[in-house]
Amino acid sequence: MALNPTPADAVIVVRGLQTRFGATIIHENLDFTVQRGEIVALVGGSGSGKTTLLRAIILLLEPTAGSIQLFGQEIIGISESAAFRLRRRFGMLFQQGALFSSLTVRENVAMPLREHTRLSTGRIAEIANLKIALAGLPADAGNKLPRELSGGMLKRAALARALALDPALLFLDEPTAGLDPVSAGAFDELVVQLKESLGLTVVMVTHDLDTLWQATDQVAFLGERRVIGYAPMQELTHAEHPLIRAYFEGPRGRAAREQSCKAR
Amino acid sequence: MMANIPPADHATFRCENGACWCAGDWTLDGIENFDARRLANPPPSGELTLDGSGIQAIDTTGALQLLSVIADLERAGCVVRLINLRDKHQALLDLVKERLAAAGTATVPPLPNRLEQLGRQVEFQALRAVAFLAFIGEASASLARLVLHPHRFRWRALFSDMETAGVNALPIIALLGFMMGVVIAYQGGQQLKTYGANIFIVELVALTMLRELAPLITAIIVAGRTGSSYTAQIGTMQVTEEVDALRTIGIRPMDLLVLPKLVALIIALPLLTVFADALSVFGGMVMAQMLLDVSFQDFLDRFPQVVTPTSFLLGVGKAPVFAAIIALVGCYQGFQVRGGADSVGRQTTVSVVQSIFLVIAADALFSVVLGGVGLWR
Repeated sequence: MALNPTPADAVIVVRGLQTRFGATIIHENLDFTVQRGEIVALVGGSGSGKTTLLRAIILLLEPTAGSIQLFGQEIIGISESAAFRLRRRFGMLFQQGALFSSLTVRENVAMPLREHTRLSTGRIAEIANLKIALAGLPADAGNKLPRELSGGMLKRAALARALALDPALLFLDEPTAGLDPVSAGAFDELVVQLKESLGLTVVMVTHDLDTLWQATDQVAFLGERRVIGYAPMQELTHAEHPLIRAYFEGPRGRAAREQSCKAR
Repeated sequence: MMANIPPADHATFRCENGACWCAGDWTLDGIENFDARRLANPPPSGELTLDGSGIQAIDTTGALQLLSVIADLERAGCVVRLINLRDKHQALLDLVKERLAAAGTATVPPLPNRLEQLGRQVEFQALRAVAFLAFIGEASASLARLVLHPHRFRWRALFSDMETAGVNALPIIALLGFMMGVVIAYQGGQQLKTYGANIFIVELVALTMLRELAPLITAIIVAGRTGSSYTAQIGTMQVTEEVDALRTIGIRPMDLLVLPKLVALIIALPLLTVFADALSVFGGMVMAQMLLDVSFQDFLDRFPQVVTPTSFLLGVGKAPVFAAIIALVGCYQGFQVRGGADSVGRQTTVSVVQSIFLVIAADALFSVVLGGVGLWR
């Protein structure tokens, strides 16, 4: 199992990362690489630092030590203007959606476009409508306020906003949490379809075993403050590490695997 | 046909000599300077082939642009055949087309006309007034229930609310009360001095402060300080579904969130008013001595002769009414929060404005009614 694939066509390269909150060390000497065009899932027990790693990569949190490269550019100590340009190239879907509650869905999706482009208002509205459609929402949803949407629709609206700038890199924090199995399955399909047609690179934090089997190319397992396993799902479930075994060998893990084997 | 397409950086569309082609990056960056020179050379009607082989990159925004170019041509009477598009680009275009079709077209709700807006606003305000009355009724019923079962009262919440609304407000009330006394004595004193009626400063300060200004200023400070925090607290709990959680556990939000606040403020505000009375009279005394040579001794000797207990009690007696207004409006607006952060902000503003308005209105009403029954002094 290669923990450090060569960063030839890598979108994200994390080396020797350390993050800590006060005395609590979250990551220690963590290495992590994401290749272009792959869907990579971050898994691990609660509190293993998955979301923290994601937040460090998307410039929301300054790590204590180490290096993170996004599109070949070092982001530790990056200037404000370079960070602004970099932010245009990735989209993030937050766990709770984080849609702006005072704006309609269309205005939410239009916001990054207004901020980052010089397109006309009408053009931006058209593009926003397209993103809403791409995320699988009916056109009427654009007029609604976030509080008028169901959980599944909220996730899709948030995805539409994450896709607003046609990013090359998409981050998803627990995209299928709280969705019914049908919606979750449809969301997985949508992500795979977007990846294939847009050439997206996707990094997601998830606990959804079905998603792991159906939608990912690589799975990184976080434990003991670093990435202790990095392989396609099929391979990772045969890993010897006790933490990884404990994670996948439960009844739920086995059921998801059997189902996925049947499906193939 | 493919050979004569020059390379381009940004999205380019040309229609020349009957041949149409696209080139460049049809991406969000590329279409910002979208270059279409089709208007100069109107396309021939009838069948038209559009060569897409020059497109280097395409994203969903570019696909949308391409679709709108085709739609424009079709509107001009052409039958467009898109050829030579790379497989990946064709797949993306198909995805966009399919998704747009699946989403349907958005129906934009028509803006209501002025009359309708006015009608809706009137209805909304009327319903809100009724809802507020219902809220007062519910609070009174809960209070009555509590009098029958006093052991169910949330004493801990009461004392903690009294501390935050009362004890913690002492410094600001002291400062503002003192300053009000100074200001009134200074402004009035200037006039009294010209008539040589220096000693009447006692009447001026004592009656103005005790009967009107101290209760009013205290209530306004408390409305801004405590009423707003009630709205923000209950409103945020409403957003995070904590209010619903209370209901499912079987605790009435009214019992836990409203009544302790209401009772706490009804007790605390009169006490704060007495405190403001004392501090503002003290401010007046300081000013009287400095400006009018009325010593503390003279001031205090005259004070009980001009201030009847009625004057003092009328001032303090208004405070519980103000307290009830502030607490009820604050809590009611908290429960009116719907949705998210912006709603909390809006209701908090409404809460402060309404409670200050109602406090001043109630004060005016007191003046009229008490004057009517002859309780001027």
